[in-house]
Amino acid sequence: MTAATTVTKILRPAALRASGVHVHSSKLPSELAKSASAYLSSASSSGNKAILPDLPYDYNALEPIISTETMTLHHTKHHNAYVTNLNVSLEKLDTAVSTGDVSSIISLQGALKFNGGGHLNHSLFWENLCPKGTIDFPSSGPLKEAIEARFGNVENMKKELSAMSVGVQGSGWGWLGYDVKTGHIEPATCPNQDPLHATTGLIPLLGIDVWEHAYYVDYRNVRPNYVNAIWDVIDWKKVEERLVAAVAK
Amino acid sequence: MILLMTSRRFQEHGAIKIKRTASARYCNRKMMMCCPKGTTAILCLTILVGSCVVKSVEALHIQDSQQDVTGKALSELKGATSGAATSDTKKERKMLRATKKPTHKPTQSPTGKPTSYILPDLKYKYKALQPFIDATTMEFHHDKHHATYVANINKALEGKPKVDILDLQLDALAAGSAVRNNGGGHYNHAFFWDEMAPPDEAKKTKPSAELEAAINKYFGSFSAMKVAFEARAAPGALFGSGWVWICVTDNEELKLVGTANQDNPLMKGVLDEVMYPILGLDVWEHAYYLKYQNLRTVYVSNWWNVVNWDKVSENFAYAMENKAGVPVRG
Repeated sequence: MTAATTVTKILRPAALRASGVHVHSSKLPSELAKSASAYLSSASSSGNKAILPDLPYDYNALEPIISTETMTLHHTKHHNAYVTNLNVSLEKLDTAVSTGDVSSIISLQGALKFNGGGHLNHSLFWENLCPKGTIDFPSSGPLKEAIEARFGNVENMKKELSAMSVGVQGSGWGWLGYDVKTGHIEPATCPNQDPLHATTGLIPLLGIDVWEHAYYVDYRNVRPNYVNAIWDVIDWKKVEERLVAAVAK
Repeated sequence: MILLMTSRRFQEHGAIKIKRTASARYCNRKMMMCCPKGTTAILCLTILVGSCVVKSVEALHIQDSQQDVTGKALSELKGATSGAATSDTKKERKMLRATKKPTHKPTQSPTGKPTSYILPDLKYKYKALQPFIDATTMEFHHDKHHATYVANINKALEGKPKVDILDLQLDALAAGSAVRNNGGGHYNHAFFWDEMAPPDEAKKTKPSAELEAAINKYFGSFSAMKVAFEARAAPGALFGSGWVWICVTDNEELKLVGTANQDNPLMKGVLDEVMYPILGLDVWEHAYYLKYQNLRTVYVSNWWNVVNWDKVSENFAYAMENKAGVPVRG
């Protein structure tokens, strides 16, 4: 059985008929059809959906830096919406791929980036936060060394990343990322929900959400106060874990 | 006389009420200053008028300090009230007023021409657009967000001859990010405040015959236009921060567009062509978060209740006649 017929067999006949024009006029090259079929057989049968991860702590755990109200809204409304909309986009992508509708595949990219990025970013974010006072910045080890190598000391790093995060125009994120090419840690920002790795190639170690919804309840328009405060609830252990994993890759 | 003007007892104390004793004779209610008993009328009037001038010169220098004060005030508030996202934050608004507000008088050069941009007053009270836009949002949006754009554009263009804020828009991209973000932010918000009106007034307004004809021509119908506008403003369509606009083009068409951050259609390079907004909606989260949280779509569908169609019709007539952007106060 060729890859093309595998794809055909998985499809419902009605869908095929409806998209008959697409299938014939924009036939997928065999390699694409092969990977599409592999994707379809895993995705649609296992229902490979994105799911909203639980927070590693209670909604009130980051008080007073980030309020219960913010955490609840941020997780159950905003992140949840990205998950829901990502799944909708993935289903549409399934259909578009299976019918060889290249035009639709392309037009879905925006929604995939927004919602997929939103899901990735927030999943990383929750994990690099922890209750105040529970995890100190390590006094030795690879994270400390990497930060000192790039910034001189952790205070300089905080100052630089804070300034960049505060300076994001509109919505976006501040990041510490690992550059596999240079072996250095770098600060970066991305607009909207553009995910760090796909956009810059940096591996995300630490994310700071500077969309207004992340701080408006607690800090109103004063983003600098939020960014300065969030350093107290960073899970440095997690950041270091990610660094170690990134270096090992 | 000078002693009295600068004396702390008689200066403005924001939200803290000046004690009006039986001995107070004349009071400047706005400045919350009173002349002590026994002051003659003429002397008193001189003092009170003089104090206004002193205040207005001072106030322009306090913009930056507002930021920190509010932030600190809010963190003090944060144990005291729960559900801070709701608009029912009387205590917070009181604290807001405790921080000094920027004056609305521009600095005057020797020739009398204003040398810096100003924050235009709202033509209605903060609570006037309720229940569709809450008072706390209006207060923060105007007194903090818009005020910051004004302060920053003034800083960015310090020492340069003043260009009307409308005229600054065309080459905003070339002028750099400070002008693009803050000059854009100032124009956009000044435009926004004046196209809205309290719901009771707004409901008496309607598009002019010409505007209605144009809407029907380019959108099919008024309700179709609203559907299209709301779709363009939805979180999936205008992602992140930005504005949605209806514009007049050089070809006298009406177009529905979205722009990111504080860009607007007047800026060369933002869209395929420069266009002249007649209606615009802020969909940054700060425009709706306190009342609507993540529910931008509800904010947008409620917003029609405060649109002043008479003003929008004026904007339309102006744009059609001049093929230019609508001037704004500030």
